Amino acid sequence: MKRSWNTPIWAGFAVTLLAVFSYIPFFIRFPITRDFPWANLLLFLIGGGLLAAGLHRAFRQPDRYRGKVTGVVFSVLALLLCGLFCWGNFVFSRRVPSASGAPHVGQQAPDFTLADASGKSVALSDLRKTNRAVLLIFYRGYW
Amino acid sequence: MCNSELRGFEERLPEFRARGVAIAAISVDSNEESRKLCQSQGYSFLFLSDPQAEVIRRYGVLHPGAGEGGRDIARPAEFLIDASGAVRWANLTEDIRVRARPQMVLSELDRL
Repeated sequence: MKRSWNTPIWAGFAVTLLAVFSYIPFFIRFPITRDFPWANLLLFLIGGGLLAAGLHRAFRQPDRYRGKVTGVVFSVLALLLCGLFCWGNFVFSRRVPSASGAPHVGQQAPDFTLADASGKSVALSDLRKTNRAVLLIFYRGYW
Repeated sequence: MCNSELRGFEERLPEFRARGVAIAAISVDSNEESRKLCQSQGYSFLFLSDPQAEVIRRYGVLHPGAGEGGRDIARPAEFLIDASGAVRWANLTEDIRVRARPQMVLSELDRL
């Protein structure tokens, strides 16, 4: 009897790949899926479930379903990818130096003059004069 | 990630303007890079270049060696400064992914 393809294994691995590669281009756009990557973790869970179902079929009914080797290889890869994702999102992204030297609430903010995008000099003191308040957003740069 | 944060502020910019608040984004990017970014993303608030990270250092938000080729860059941080020059609110995230949301600042402004 010809053994049939073990679809859940392939589907599970595809969902795992989606879980890894959807954060940066897509889920990062929305604060609700950015600040905690629950959407990606959910995809990992779905992928893992499908892989487990596929493996179960491959080993319980080896005469009917293929996938003993691909199932194991894909599952190991999926675990590695999930581990890498969690490391990047829960360990690496928290390696931020503490901002202990930053001015505290109530303290005076250091004045400065910097060039804007058109090269014109802008001083914080000038911005303060013409506005009720100024919001400074420090960001990493490099796109 | 930065874009995700900056885009959020751009979307709520009219509300900041209505409250008389100027937004200035600061990074080590050159004017040229900031100009390209504003054009491609449609940002209309102020972008200030601090290529030597002097102001970034003075504000205590330096992330040494975290940039391309080990360059010093800024760690994400936000400060709200009132007309007298005092810091009224600061957000010093401990996770690069987790950024200030415009609503946090707007609520703070309404309390000023």
